[in-house]
Amino acid sequence: MSSSQPSKYKVRKEYNEPIEAPDLSLKSWARWIWRQLTSMKIALYLLLFLALASIPGSVFPQRSADPNGVVLYFKNNQELAVWLDNFQLFDVYSSTWFSAIYILLFISLIGCVLPRVGVHYKALRADPPEAPTNLSRLPAYKKLDQSEANLKNAIELLKSRKFRIVATKTGIRAEKGYLRETGNLFFHISLIGVLIAVGLGGGLSYQGQRVLVEGDTLVNNEASYDFFAPGLLFDKNGMEPFSLRLDSFSTTYDYKNPANYGKPMDFIAKVSSKETPTSPIVKSKIRVNEPLHLPGAKVYITGNGFAPVIVVRDKDGAISFSGPVVFLPQDSNLTSLGAIKVPDAKPDQFGILAFFYPTVAKLSTGALTSNHPYPWDPLMTMNVYVGNLGLDSGMAVNAYKLDVHAMKQVAGGKSGVKALRLSIGDTVELPNNLGSVEFKGLKRFASLDITYNPLDIWVLFFALTTLFGLVLMLIIPRRRVWVKVSKTEVEVGALAKSKDKSLDKLVKDIAKSLKKKSK
Amino acid sequence: MIPEIALNPELATLSRVIVLVALTFYAFSFIVLAWALTKRAGGKGKKDKFANRLDTIGLVLMGIGVLANGVGVLTRGIAANRVPWANMYEFSVTGAFIVTAIYMASLLFRDLKFISSFVAGFIVLIIGSANTLFYVQVESLLPALQDYWLVIHVSVAVLATAFFTIAATLALIHVMKESSLIAKSKLRGVQWLAGLLKVFPKVEKLERTSYQFNIIGFILWSFTLIAGAIWADKAWHRFWGWDTKEVWTFIIWTIYAAYLHATTTKGWEGKRAAWLTLIGFTAIIFNFTIVNLYFKGLHVYSGL
Repeated sequence: MSSSQPSKYKVRKEYNEPIEAPDLSLKSWARWIWRQLTSMKIALYLLLFLALASIPGSVFPQRSADPNGVVLYFKNNQELAVWLDNFQLFDVYSSTWFSAIYILLFISLIGCVLPRVGVHYKALRADPPEAPTNLSRLPAYKKLDQSEANLKNAIELLKSRKFRIVATKTGIRAEKGYLRETGNLFFHISLIGVLIAVGLGGGLSYQGQRVLVEGDTLVNNEASYDFFAPGLLFDKNGMEPFSLRLDSFSTTYDYKNPANYGKPMDFIAKVSSKETPTSPIVKSKIRVNEPLHLPGAKVYITGNGFAPVIVVRDKDGAISFSGPVVFLPQDSNLTSLGAIKVPDAKPDQFGILAFFYPTVAKLSTGALTSNHPYPWDPLMTMNVYVGNLGLDSGMAVNAYKLDVHAMKQVAGGKSGVKALRLSIGDTVELPNNLGSVEFKGLKRFASLDITYNPLDIWVLFFALTTLFGLVLMLIIPRRRVWVKVSKTEVEVGALAKSKDKSLDKLVKDIAKSLKKKSK
Repeated sequence: MIPEIALNPELATLSRVIVLVALTFYAFSFIVLAWALTKRAGGKGKKDKFANRLDTIGLVLMGIGVLANGVGVLTRGIAANRVPWANMYEFSVTGAFIVTAIYMASLLFRDLKFISSFVAGFIVLIIGSANTLFYVQVESLLPALQDYWLVIHVSVAVLATAFFTIAATLALIHVMKESSLIAKSKLRGVQWLAGLLKVFPKVEKLERTSYQFNIIGFILWSFTLIAGAIWADKAWHRFWGWDTKEVWTFIIWTIYAAYLHATTTKGWEGKRAAWLTLIGFTAIIFNFTIVNLYFKGLHVYSGL
């Protein structure tokens, strides 16, 4: 992203002149490398390399954007995946080679732009440059075979067109469109601003996830998140002490239009939040596209599902488990799978793998499915397993899964006992004298993403100033005009920085004005 | 609560018919304009009166086509009760309308008649494939898409594409004109093509006009990128996440940034810059077709 100064211009001559073979001293090597790096051609190559290097990240799943995709890729193509992983092809945008390209580009950008600031500052205060010796070589040129010229007239014309003018007896030099270079510098410097704000913002930010069942409350500290990823510079102890309660979650479905019958149209999470433990409660709604802004965080809904309320009693009727269980959705009609673990059961621990169908239907194979995400006709089926739940080993256990390989199935599948079936309000006996289980009620849960990035507003700010600079540098024409008067002829020449269609017309106009007699 | 939205499938069917009417006019326009071009190649160039008349007829047909196209877009929007650019069929039909409208409007400012047959052919291709490959019934939007940024982000992207399309057409002619392969070929067909290429303006003019369209396209594309990031921050809880579509938007931006540098780098202006324009445009088409249909990502809105 080096200069867009054309080679015709003298100000950046040193960068654009062909580079001679360097002598072998270290210093001149360094100089040579620096010049190469900040040259426009290298910036151009680096941009093309960057475009090329970005492609694999769209072909292979990326750990940052699609971690499950990566796991699946490893499962399906083990050998290839390991080979690709050696080249960081699952982490393209944080890979060494990708970073190398953009860091070089970044250096090239800084190295190119900073000196130009000084040059431009001087140019802004200086007179238009002297005329080149041979005006006829300029892209727009006209010669008048006369020795007299009405310079005054031409000056008037140039003045009316907002040129900066220096006039002598033998000629005029004029220039306009300084804003073009200002815009260019503004653009490139803003781009540096974007990069810094993105980089630093990433370090100061955090991202957390939490599943909240209706009625649950999140208190903003690391421990209450299911997943928490702070940036390198994020201060975990300085987190804002807000709390957030999910009051209710609802989905609106379309039942009016046959084309999208039953499709979700809106998700609304009603929440109560407190900025600090002593603040008043504020009620608000979170929807897709409408995150909740709290001090030090933005809260988004990213998913939802059902959390059936389950009560397990032992054979004497004493409660051994009670509460809502988060069931993970398996398809768009919210067929959901949940794990109920009863570690306190006597004599053996047991667990239940349960399927929940919001609107139950039977497939032609006899298997159950759900054909609508709203609980019109909810049904739960349960497979029961007896044995060690593996909760005491000290290892982290996935709360949503039941590891059944060391357990004995006593209901459902090939156990000889049919899977248990429950509608809301039902209580059924568990096999093996384990007691009973009740499907007491149905709650919903929402998956929330909580993010914090103190610099995102600066990223936006610099992105907008980048755009502003871009418009200036691309729209405003920069032109230089010279008039030379000698004993036998009058010459007019003009030079532009971009492909300028009206340059010829400008020269023609000036030539005409030179011919005119004064009023 | 959002108000219940009523879709109008009958009107959507009518809209499709109107778009097919537009397609018919575009197709005739293409035939007439291509005829005019070939007529010029063998004859008196710009002074060919018959070809000039054909040009006028072709552009009138294109004008009727774009009007019908516009009505088709409008009725589709009314039928869906939202902006008509939320799936590939709608992107294509709206895109075709905007490309043609921008092209016809730019005829008022620039002498660009010589690419009329290219534009007409391109539009026929787009609407043709929209109707056969991408057609879907009107549906309401997913909650993630129900946002005013859909109006801004997508429409500006389509607008940018329109400018890039015209620039790429000029670059294509530029590259062919300077191709020694075409100039030196002894094959009859290619010699005929070489003759045809002489009808077009000088490469300097092609280069300059292509640049003017590219810079407007680039500004609009930059805006698309920023608007997309603002929306992503609202809908996907981050402003940038290297989603496949974000990656390709970035790749396209980078290629055109390289192009802008090329236009002021010695040895890279001219033909090489024209090649970069073509590479950039290929990336846009790739982004619209292959990435939409086959790549996994958050922008899964092809409707197919």
